[in-house]
Amino acid sequence: MPTLLPPKFGPYGGQFVPETLMPALIELEEAFVKAKTDVEFQKEFNKLMASFVGRPTPLTYAKRLSEKLGGAQIYLKREDLAHTGAHKINNALGQALLVKRMGKKRIVAETGAGQHGVASATAAALLGLECVVYMGSVDIARQEPNVFRMKLLGAEVRPVNSGTKTLKDAINEAIRDWVTNVRDTHYLLGSALGPHPYPTIVREFQSVIGTEAREQILLEVGRLPDTVIACVGGGSNAIGVFSGFVDDEGVELIGVEAGGSGINSGKHAARFGDATKARVGVIHGTRTYVLQDEDGQIAETHSVSAGLDYAAVGPEHAMMRDNERAFYTSATDAEALDAFHTLCHTEGIIPALESSHAVAEVIKRASSMRKDQIILVNLSGRGDKDLNTVINEMKENRE
Amino acid sequence: MNRIENAFKNKPIFMPYFPLGYPNLEISIDVIEAFAKNGADLIEVGLSFSDPLADGPVIQQATQVALEQGITIKKSLQAVKELRKRDVTIPLILMGYYNPMLAYGLEKFVLDAKEAGADGFIIPDLPIEESDEFENVLVGPTRESPLPLIRMIAPTSSSDRMEKIARNAKGFIYLVSVTGITGERKSIAEGLSDLISSVREHSSVPVCVGFGIGTPEQAKEVGQMADGVIVGTACVRTIGGSENPVEMAREFAKSFLKVLQ
Repeated sequence: MPTLLPPKFGPYGGQFVPETLMPALIELEEAFVKAKTDVEFQKEFNKLMASFVGRPTPLTYAKRLSEKLGGAQIYLKREDLAHTGAHKINNALGQALLVKRMGKKRIVAETGAGQHGVASATAAALLGLECVVYMGSVDIARQEPNVFRMKLLGAEVRPVNSGTKTLKDAINEAIRDWVTNVRDTHYLLGSALGPHPYPTIVREFQSVIGTEAREQILLEVGRLPDTVIACVGGGSNAIGVFSGFVDDEGVELIGVEAGGSGINSGKHAARFGDATKARVGVIHGTRTYVLQDEDGQIAETHSVSAGLDYAAVGPEHAMMRDNERAFYTSATDAEALDAFHTLCHTEGIIPALESSHAVAEVIKRASSMRKDQIILVNLSGRGDKDLNTVINEMKENRE
Repeated sequence: MNRIENAFKNKPIFMPYFPLGYPNLEISIDVIEAFAKNGADLIEVGLSFSDPLADGPVIQQATQVALEQGITIKKSLQAVKELRKRDVTIPLILMGYYNPMLAYGLEKFVLDAKEAGADGFIIPDLPIEESDEFENVLVGPTRESPLPLIRMIAPTSSSDRMEKIARNAKGFIYLVSVTGITGERKSIAEGLSDLISSVREHSSVPVCVGFGIGTPEQAKEVGQMADGVIVGTACVRTIGGSENPVEMAREFAKSFLKVLQ
């Protein structure tokens, strides 16, 4: 049946879900389309963004990092300063407001790094919704502080022990819960993936990042950046910041995937980076690039950052890669950890390990750029949740 | 008359589901043969996928074992061929998720499946919004009497959707009886009879009910309303956990046959 909004991005995207869920996707799309043009909804959303999330988040000139690298001037879009510590809250609140409009009482969410789980639990607490978060048991172990935060916020965290016990399996479980309870439950999907209309909804709610960043850089420097860099797991922070610059042809857009132990090691989550394992396929309701074996079984992925540790990438990124509007590269675990420490020392900012991948790419390319050039990097989240991981990595390196 | 039409001559029919490769390939072939020769009218032959998001824990675990045992689409199609060699003459419908089929190559998958002796396809993550690609491959210009893609209707489907899905449905309609994933339920969903009647308003192909049916008693109840009864999880749980799966499959099929005749 025809959809209200385009369900595809070129050949990617779509709605590959069981029939049971189709009516819920249609209902969600209708609610979203109505909300988009409803002044009251926009007012409510913008008010929460300002008074609850603390938007606009600042744009910070990274003076010492720029000097250290000796090339381009580096600006950080500070999503780490948004309430709950990452950009995830923008989309979680937006969707939670839609849930209220649809009259549903319960949300389920998946989480990898725990940031989307915390954002969902926060939105649920704020708006009086019941919240269940599915999280792989591997991720629960490495993101313990966020598990505790979700519980404090009143959410139930359900460990997922199937498959690889990470984000992909948490999504499977969240979808199974949703199929079962679809009449009163909304699936608050946290990234720019899944079946239509999710990739579009998530982009729209995250586009606030790009809109603000564009205004801020114009105000501060008087011109657009040469390059915008963001990390890409599912790709919500990247699509959010890219959306502000996608029509500015001169602005280069760079997405950074998780290179894990290196592309050749096979242990990574670089969907665009590994032509031997990544092919166009269908996972979690969408057609996109998927790391898989030759029989179409979804591959195990690896990244030091739970939020990038996922076998597929958002469908709009797949299109932007094909039409060369954006370019995609990867940073290894080691490069991301180095970048993590560098940003701590030079700027007094502890970034999330996910965002550290974007910083790693800044470090790689800034020195070869001119001093009058500008890189804008989306610092999607703060690193408090990653302290255990970093401490362990530092111990291992010393031993 | 093709095998599917033939199978529905004596209704209601019994349709067990079993995944190839569980607990290993040999036994799964023997189990399916035992079903076929002891009263099953049609079998849903399961193709395994790493991320079966419409399935409950029992089928998840079984298909995971099958993958660990090295099952692939290629081996699954060879198994279908083997079943035909063993004189299994009832319809064998391949049930699996879309990605492994895409990876195999849709054109090749459809051709090889037909050549192996399969009679149709059930793809739970392919709603009508996305099914054109597969259906176009099925009716490709070189193929006569294309195999059907069995369409699914859910309790949440609006009447508009139901009509659209049921119109042009081929083979039979797979009616999902409960809002949820595969797995046994304590009782048959309320309103099932109304749901079946609404589907029948839009289509003349047989209507078969699956999801949540685990016992012969439940099968009997559903069989009074529907043209076919699909039993998946209970099959997998009972037979997969048995020391003598083939014997258990015979008993299982007979117990359902008895109440449905």
